[in-house]
Amino acid sequence: MSQQNHIHDPVRIERQEWKKRQRKNRWKQGLTLLSPLFLLLAWEVLSRTGLIDARFFPPPTDIVSTFLSMMASGTLFDHVGISLFRILCGFLLGVIPAIILGLLMGLYSPIRHFFSPLIMALMPIPTLALLPIILILFGIGEVSKIVTIAGSVFFPVIINTVAGVISIDRIYLDVAENYGADSRQFFFKIALPGSLPVMLEGIQMGQAIALLTIVAAEMMGANSGIGYLIWTSYKAFLLKEMFVGLVLISFFGYLFSLGIRGLQSKLVPWR
Amino acid sequence: MEQAKITIEQLTKVFYKKGQSVTALEEVSLDIQEGEFVCLVGPSGCGKTTLLRILAGLEQLSTGDFSIQQGEKKRPLQSMVFQEKGVIPWLTVEGNVAFGLKMRHLPKKTVQERTAYYLKKVGLEKFAHLYPKELSGGMKQRVSIARAFANDPEILLMDEPFAALDEQNKFILQEELLEIWAETKKTVLFITHSIDEALLLSDKIVLMSAQPGRISQVITIDSPRPRTMEKVRADPVMTEHFVNIRAHLDKEVQGSRG
Repeated sequence: MSQQNHIHDPVRIERQEWKKRQRKNRWKQGLTLLSPLFLLLAWEVLSRTGLIDARFFPPPTDIVSTFLSMMASGTLFDHVGISLFRILCGFLLGVIPAIILGLLMGLYSPIRHFFSPLIMALMPIPTLALLPIILILFGIGEVSKIVTIAGSVFFPVIINTVAGVISIDRIYLDVAENYGADSRQFFFKIALPGSLPVMLEGIQMGQAIALLTIVAAEMMGANSGIGYLIWTSYKAFLLKEMFVGLVLISFFGYLFSLGIRGLQSKLVPWR
Repeated sequence: MEQAKITIEQLTKVFYKKGQSVTALEEVSLDIQEGEFVCLVGPSGCGKTTLLRILAGLEQLSTGDFSIQQGEKKRPLQSMVFQEKGVIPWLTVEGNVAFGLKMRHLPKKTVQERTAYYLKKVGLEKFAHLYPKELSGGMKQRVSIARAFANDPEILLMDEPFAALDEQNKFILQEELLEIWAETKKTVLFITHSIDEALLLSDKIVLMSAQPGRISQVITIDSPRPRTMEKVRADPVMTEHFVNIRAHLDKEVQGSRG
């Protein structure tokens, strides 16, 4: 009969419903935290009890203390710093030309027809497979790593930029033409802002690829950086140090993703 | 008599694709005087939008000719009010209204003044910094109208600007449009499906027939202005016009079916 007691107070019923929904939401948010915590805990226990080999899977608490001592000695900062520098330079070197050429290709179909076979043919080649040639061309210094990253970031960004321009509703092009926009204005007022949402998806993808590429490139031909740290630690069987490198990659990947999401809401407030 | 503001002579448009041709407009001739409000009414597919797009420079004619009299040198020839989706989503309300002026590189001060003036005219000054996604359909069309008037063109072209609005909003916007128009006395060519709308707005109603698109009748509406929908509905002459136009459209639609 509780139904009848409540029936005269609809606000109270709805408030209880609302509280129930809130609890459910909190529970779901908790779940997303729970799975990584559970994994770490299981790892720790299994490693400590010897159920998995602690030489290959050192307990997370050990990895954390290794991380702290590496921070204290300062070597970690050098590796992280140089990797971030390469990623940033390579990223910009890849993204900026990709956006410019992508917009031109999207706006002008002759340019699109001319360049798209080249892009389609070059895209499937992993830039890492070109690393030997890049090393010959640019030497073993910073430039070769930056170029490698730029090359792998370039393709997802240009393809998404072209798709972004093409996806712009025809009517906005008609509006621009009717109101007398010149080609510069078409570029900056219509093509660039109109393609931004799809373009940013490409940049998000490029960011993830940049991270993959830097680690692999540093493993193959470098004497510094997070990738180098992972590779040399592995070769010297310093697996705790190796895990520190892996965790750092995961951390920066997450951070960059968040950064680009933030950029998205800043640059595309009209969505 | 002085020269018409818009002269359309023997204008024909054929769409050709893969060996098939469709005549969208056939030898359309029409004179529109300075300051006239002319509505184009006809069944779907009679080429009204094509005619408007040709005048707007968005489509090429096949044969024939048209001209728009240039009054002042610096003035653009025409500006178009598009159907519902013509407001650019990545520009704010203000940016949209200023769009034409900015494209023409007018001095900043002029752009600001005229934008502010027409924002106020359509009652959107409070919403100047919002993006179109936050506006209702009626408000979006107000932006579109303000953008066209702010551009101060020789003639205005309107492609069913109120077609997607609900009845109430439609009445309000029609009367607002008439108010702004009465003030600026622009020459307007307006496409509509709605006979009521045409009767309310027009000095002249141009009836078109379909496939190929031709002008079948021009009706002069000389009921005094300012008009309101109530007056239009109560006027027996208007009722007669309504019945005639309705009969014409019915015949056209039947014809195109048979």
